[in-house]
Parts: sequence; structure tokens; C-alpha cells
Amino acid sequence: MLELRKDIFADERDDNLKEIGKGTQRQDMLGHVTGTSSYFNDHKLQGMLHLKVVRSTQAHAQLRHIDTTEAERLSGVRRIIRGADVPRNLNTLLSLINFGKDDEPTLAADKVRYKGEPVVAIVADSEREAFEAIAKVRIDYAPLPVVLDVEDALKAGAPVVNETYPKNAFIYHDVHDHQKLRFGDADAALATADHVLEQRYQMSPIEHAPTETNGAIAAPDTNGRYVVYTSTQALFFSVDTCAKILDLPSNTFHFIGGTVGGGFGGKVDTLTEPLAILGAILTGRPVRYVFGREEEMQYGPPRGAERIYIKDGVMRDGRIVARKIRAYFDSGAYTRLSSYAAVKCAAHLPGPYTIPNVCGDVYCVFTNRTPATAMRGFGVTAMDFAIECQMDKLANLVGMDPMEFRILNAYRDGDMKAHRREAKNTALIECVQVAAEKAKWPIRDEFKRASSRKDGGGSRAVIPSTPSDARARPAVPAQQRTTYDRLPPTVTREPPREPPPPAPPPPPPRPAAPSHGATRFSSVFGTRRR
Amino acid sequence: MAKTALQFRHNGRDVAIFADGGTNLLVALRELIGDMTPKFGCGQGGCGTCSVLIDGELHLSCLTLAETVAGRSVETLDGLKQGPNLHPLQRAFADNFAAQCGYCTPGMLMAAKALLDRNPQPSRAEVVEAISGNICRCTGYEPIIDAILAASGGRASA
Amino acid sequence: MAVTVKTFASTSEAVGALSADRGARYLGGGTLVMRALNEGDVSVSTVIRASDKALTRIDASGPRVMLGAGITFARILAERDLGFLHAPARSIGGPAVRNMGTVGGNLFAPSPYGDFTVALLALEATIAVQGGFGTRDIAIEEFLQSRERQAGTLVLSVSFARPASADAFRYHKVARIKPKGGSVITLAAHLPISGGRIAGARIALGSMAPTQIRARAAERVLEGRSLDAATIAAAAAAVTEGTSPSDNALGSAWYRREIAGVHLRRLLSGQD
Repeated sequence: MLELRKDIFADERDDNLKEIGKGTQRQDMLGHVTGTSSYFNDHKLQGMLHLKVVRSTQAHAQLRHIDTTEAERLSGVRRIIRGADVPRNLNTLLSLINFGKDDEPTLAADKVRYKGEPVVAIVADSEREAFEAIAKVRIDYAPLPVVLDVEDALKAGAPVVNETYPKNAFIYHDVHDHQKLRFGDADAALATADHVLEQRYQMSPIEHAPTETNGAIAAPDTNGRYVVYTSTQALFFSVDTCAKILDLPSNTFHFIGGTVGGGFGGKVDTLTEPLAILGAILTGRPVRYVFGREEEMQYGPPRGAERIYIKDGVMRDGRIVARKIRAYFDSGAYTRLSSYAAVKCAAHLPGPYTIPNVCGDVYCVFTNRTPATAMRGFGVTAMDFAIECQMDKLANLVGMDPMEFRILNAYRDGDMKAHRREAKNTALIECVQVAAEKAKWPIRDEFKRASSRKDGGGSRAVIPSTPSDARARPAVPAQQRTTYDRLPPTVTREPPREPPPPAPPPPPPRPAAPSHGATRFSSVFGTRRR
Repeated sequence: MAKTALQFRHNGRDVAIFADGGTNLLVALRELIGDMTPKFGCGQGGCGTCSVLIDGELHLSCLTLAETVAGRSVETLDGLKQGPNLHPLQRAFADNFAAQCGYCTPGMLMAAKALLDRNPQPSRAEVVEAISGNICRCTGYEPIIDAILAASGGRASA
Repeated sequence: MAVTVKTFASTSEAVGALSADRGARYLGGGTLVMRALNEGDVSVSTVIRASDKALTRIDASGPRVMLGAGITFARILAERDLGFLHAPARSIGGPAVRNMGTVGGNLFAPSPYGDFTVALLALEATIAVQGGFGTRDIAIEEFLQSRERQAGTLVLSVSFARPASADAFRYHKVARIKPKGGSVITLAAHLPISGGRIAGARIALGSMAPTQIRARAAERVLEGRSLDAATIAAAAAAVTEGTSPSDNALGSAWYRREIAGVHLRRLLSGQD
């Protein structure tokens, strides 16, 4: 049950709260319990047609030839749509905020880059007739080598997944092949640390599995406009994405949405709206395009996989003196939002801890897998899993209680974070204290007395001198090997070689200049756009 | 396309439709009758959001061939309200915050009704079992279980 | 082309229609055929139904139990004489699926489904099948081996000998979600004990091979022995012999092999 701990930071808050801590009825509750809440698919339109797509059976292949003649002759088939019919058949979602290059077709035209990629769309009188037409479309594939592993994808000579990014890594600001964070001298600190612990963590893709699958209904409206009922989680984002792909002014569309049957991040990619509208344009009829369950699970974008290497230096007294992180985001075949996830991840390093030497490299990598997208805290979730596993292991290594170990290393108000911003309103110490109390986990008095508002700043507020990457790295002394310093036998101990051309360190952060669009989305973008 | 004519009772009213061969009951209810309360979630019996009562028994409308309900009685969430008033289950769902995105709610309510019609005072374990075919991806199971117990007059914390 | 639905009063007419049309599928409870139609399986062009009362007949009073192919799991759960089958029946789906899914359909349900069939396999059921040849009985093991080649035939019923005692039949389904979920593995055991020794041991496994299979090596270990810790350990060690599980979202082949012995041990020692 909800418990407001008003004793903590009591002087920072006006306790005259009217809503917080009290139950308030949802405004959509009556609609939900009576079944009258209107989801995108709850619209019965006269003469509605059904759109289904033919999906690639190959993970990576050239499209030699697509034969739709037999499908076109079937009864009930109204229109077959190919890549060439899409006005602007190349887009990237974040192009709306000038971030990244157009890299993804609505319908594959020259090659397919993941299994399940849409190649041909069929608009028919009934779903059954659309399915029958799908069975008659013949696609001649010339298979290409496939790369499914993020580290393999970055190796020299790896198959090029997406020609927009020939090195299989998203390119930031036309220059950098990854997100880089440097704060102090992590290598030097690792060389003098009492213990060094290096571990590898991995998270598999996670499907949102919303109970309502992705979908949209588009219908010709009066005045040459189109009304679009959609499951999107990002209504205005979807309007603008459709305007771009269909090369029409955004006021051509009247989007109706907002009541979404579960999204969790999986309904921001605008996967169904452009084709539904294009179908309505080409046939002059309402067109519905809704994912089946298997489509949703197999080809709906998941939370992307991540692989993370963490190498920490810790002293016998429990202080973490260095943290080096290398992380790979599996974006799948196209960017979608993973470029942003990597930025968010880099901005999150080294977790909520004050560590004087931090080195982070975060890659957004292309592979022949289903494109990944947003999902609840994406960019941070897997990294937090890895960091917190690592924290437990470090505590064990130095013989400290894991709760006390976190309190010892937690950031405090006034500390300098690795991104050179001052930590403010920190509360990790209090969270750990309350968690320990609730779990009846004993912690020593000195840790019970610790406070986010005490003992921060001062020497902890200093930005350390940070060498450039060009300097040679000292080897880690052998005696630092520890019981945890072990990897499964099948995993190579040596980290994969540094990816090619070292990018210069990022410029120090500046206050964001007024920049329409970008600053509304994220302070991270706000400082990085130029 | 050849159509099949069929009649059945829908929330106490006689209805007649012409359905394409192979049409499932979910499509028949939504697209031919216009009752949008049962939802499509999976088409394969995994999610339960299309649940309806057929002759008082809980069924998945997406896996029911429409013509098999000829002459039978079909109840959906659209028929649950009692005139202008909410059914006790609907009231309990609202009071207990037992809906988030609302998409599983129609199926949850029908599964709950199927339970309470047969077992007016279920235990918590029986409630859990009764909604075990219904997925709530917002993962609000606890308030849903509490709501069903509250509607049955049982103790929500039992 | 739309789907054509044909309903017949007798099973023999239904069989005639099934064998005359390669695109015909028999509709039982709908959980397999309607699912295929919903997912766009255009190989199904005709749906055959039969209203024959024989398909919903149940004979549960005597030593030999007969279940019509159209008997639902809810019906089994309502049958007091079939208490030993309540655990497998309850392990299938949620209440709605149990109101729809049938014994006959379950024989065709691919992994990770088909749990009731695991129980029938341990009971060494006989499957009555009607085809162009007339009606014949097939041992369940043979039936499962040839089930992909059963086009044009119709399952009428299953029958099996009632286990000698409540303790002689055991069932356990391992799922990741409780109380409902697809099978990671499913186990059923028939262990009649005569004079302190097991006589006629049958162990059946689901999700350990492309179809449900018998664990013959474990059965050989058990046969003629008393159900003590050493015997149970030996059976558990032998349970994966001859299995060929595969990877799916619910578990890897490796995991299935690792846990099969653990769960057999628990089942045999009464802990599951």
C-alpha cells in the first residue's frame, strides 16, 4: 500500500497536498467498465477494406523479383501496394527532430533486412481474401550473409545491414560512431585499485505484448482529408510521420486516438498508419490495417537486446574509484528509437553513484533482427540491471553489506556527476535506508545517519583532469584478479577490440540554445543537436 | 461470397445476421451486430478479452464459429448494465481501480460474471482460477481480484 | 474464396466430406481450427462439423472409461467418476478454453499444448477412428506417430482402463505461469502396484519430443521394483533417454532435459 514518508526532506516540501496520497477516480473508468471506451478498432465504417502485408521470410536478402500477378487476379483484391507506391519510402522516426538519417522503407524495395519486414501490402474486401492473396505473392530472394550479434556486426568485414550506416553503427552528429563519456582517468585508477571486477551482462529483447495489437483505420473524409483511428501512443508524432512518408501536409489527416489498449512503448513506431492511409488514398475506401497476434509478437518492435561490459576498480574500504562501461544496443535492422536509447544510457552512467573516474562507450548497432523500439525506461533498464548486479558483486568482493555499500558510494547533493553536472535533490541514500528498514535488513548506525544532504560537494564536486583517449593504457596488475573476476568458459576474457576510428570526446555541455522541437523532447537532445 | 443466415439472442434481444462462412462470433458481434464490447486480442485463445457467455457458459468469441450460436443466448459486457445502473461487478471494478488501459476489462467482467453466477461467494483462489484465462498486460490483477471479491460481498483482503 | 462450413448429422457423412476435400478440417471445440483461420491459414477452405450425439457420449462408471471426442474439459471436471482426470483437465487453458476444448482436439494440439493427451498416453488409451475404411481402434502411441497423416479421418472417442487406485495415476504440468500457462514439460505416470511391486509402469511426457512420448527407459527401471528412493532416483536418471525436446519461448531443450528428472522424482515420490 502507498505510504508517504513525510519525515524525509520535510522542509523541502509544502505538505498542504490536495491530491497526492488520495484516490482520484480515472476519467475513463466509466467507459472502461461499460465497454464504451472507444479504441481504434471500435469503428464500423461502411465499405471498409482490409490491409495485410506480405512479410519477408529472409533475415537479409536482395529482392530479385516480386510477382503479384496471380494475387491481383483474385476476387476481393482491391489494390496491391509496392514500395514504389509509397511517396517517400524512406524515413527515420526521429527525423522529426532532426536526429538521424532516413534509413527505413515503409515497404522494402531493394532488399530486406530482417525476417518479417513488410514487402508488399494487399488491400482486399475481407481479411480472408487478403490472406489468400498473400499466399499467391511470389518473392524471389537472393539471400545475403546475416549478422545477428552486436559485436560481430561491428567487426571489420561484417555484412552491411543498412547501407545508410555502412559500419553497422548509428552515427551521431555525422561523426561519432558511438556515445562516449570520459571523466577522470579510469585506466589509471583501475591500475591502482585494490580490486578490479570485470563482468559481462546481457538482456534479451522483450516484447510489450499489448492486449490490443498495433493497428489503424483510415477513411476518406470530406474536403480531401482522411480521418485516422489509431492505436498510437504518440498521436502528433504519428501525424507528422505520416505527413512525411505520404508527402502531404499534416492537416490532410484527422487523427483520433488516445484510448490505447496497452502500449508500454510498443506503439510509438507508426507502423500501421502510413499504409492504412495510403490504402485509403489509393482505393477511396476506409482501410483497416491491424496486426494479428503472431505479427505483434514476431514483428512488432521489442525492447532491444543489450550487451554490457562493466569493469570496476574498488578499494578495500568499499569506495569505487573507477568504472569502465562498454554497452551495445541491438537496434535491429533500422534505427527507430535506439539511437536515443544509447544517448539516454550514456547520460545515465555510472548509475546513481559518485565515482571519480568514469569511462563509458555506448554503441547503437544494426543487426538483421527485428527493429527495436521504446519500452518503459529503455536505455536505462538493462544498464541498471547490470550496474546493480555489479554493485552486489563488488560489495561481496570487499566484504561489505550491499545496502551499506550502496550508501557509501551513493551520490549526494553537490557532487559532480560524470556528465559534469552537479547532483541535486539526490535521494538514493534515503531510499536505501527505507528499503532496509522495510525489509528489516540491519544496517550500521553510521549508515542509518548518512544523508543525501550531508558530506557531498567539496572535493567531490571537482571535475578531474581527463586525459584524451590517445594515451597508452596501463595494464592491470595480475594480483588484482579476484574470485568474481571470472567469465563463463565460452566467453573470451579479452574485450573485443576497440571499434574503428576513435571519436573525439564530446564537447563540454553548454546551455541549450533555443531550438524548436529538440529541447521539448530531452535535455540530452537539447545540447547535442548541433 | 456465400453468406449463412443465423439468429440468436444477444443480451436478451433476438438478432439475425448473414455471416460469411468461417466468420467467428467476435467478428459477428462487432462487425455485423455492432456490439464493440468484446475485443480482439489474439485470435487464439490466449488473452480472454473476447470472452462472452453462451447459454451462461464462458466462451472465447474469437474461437467460436458464429453459426454454432444459432438459437442460443449470447451475453456480452454490453448487456451487463442494469438499465441506467452499473452491475455490481462494474461498480466494484470502478471503485477498486480495476481497469487501467481498459482493454482486458470486458473479458475480465464476463469471466467474473460467469464465476459469480455459479458461485456467488468465491474464495480468492477461485477468483484467481476464474480469471486465469484473461491477461491484463497492465498487470493490474490484484485490484481486479479485489473488485470481484468486493462484488461478491467477500472480503477484498481475504 | 470464403470458407465453407458443412454440418452433418452423422460422423460417417462428416468423414465422407473430410476425405473428399484436402482443404477440409474438422471443427471440434474451435481452439485449433478457428485459431488457424484467425491467423490466416488459407490451407483450410472447408470446415466440417458433426452433430452426432455419439461424439459427446461419456461412459465413466465401469472399469473401462470411454470419452466421446467432443467431450470438453469442463465436462470432465463435472464428472465425479473421473476424479483422476481432473488434474490434467484443469491444467488446460482458463475456464473458457476448458468450456470449448475437447478430448479429441487435444490429440492434435501441438507442443506446448496437448497436455490431456499426455495423461491419455500414460493411460495407454485406445483411439477409435472413423475413415473411408470404416471404424477402427488405434493404440494411442501409434496414433500420435501418424497423426499428421490422419487427414480424411475423424476421431470418435478415446477409451482406457480406469487406474486401479487413486495413487496409481499421477500427473503434473510444469508451467511458468500459475494457474495457467503453456507447458514447459508435462508428465503423467501410471504406476499400479501389486504385492509391493510396480507392475505395468507407464510414464508419458509432453514437450519432450515433437509429439507426446513414453519414457520407456524410465518405465523399465520401475517395472517390478518397489517405489523406493533408489528406484525413483534411477527412473529420474533415465527419463530423458530417447527424448528430443526443442527450444521455444517457454524453455530451452537443455532446460527441459535438466528438469525432467527433477519433476519425475517429485511426481513419483508424491511431492508434485
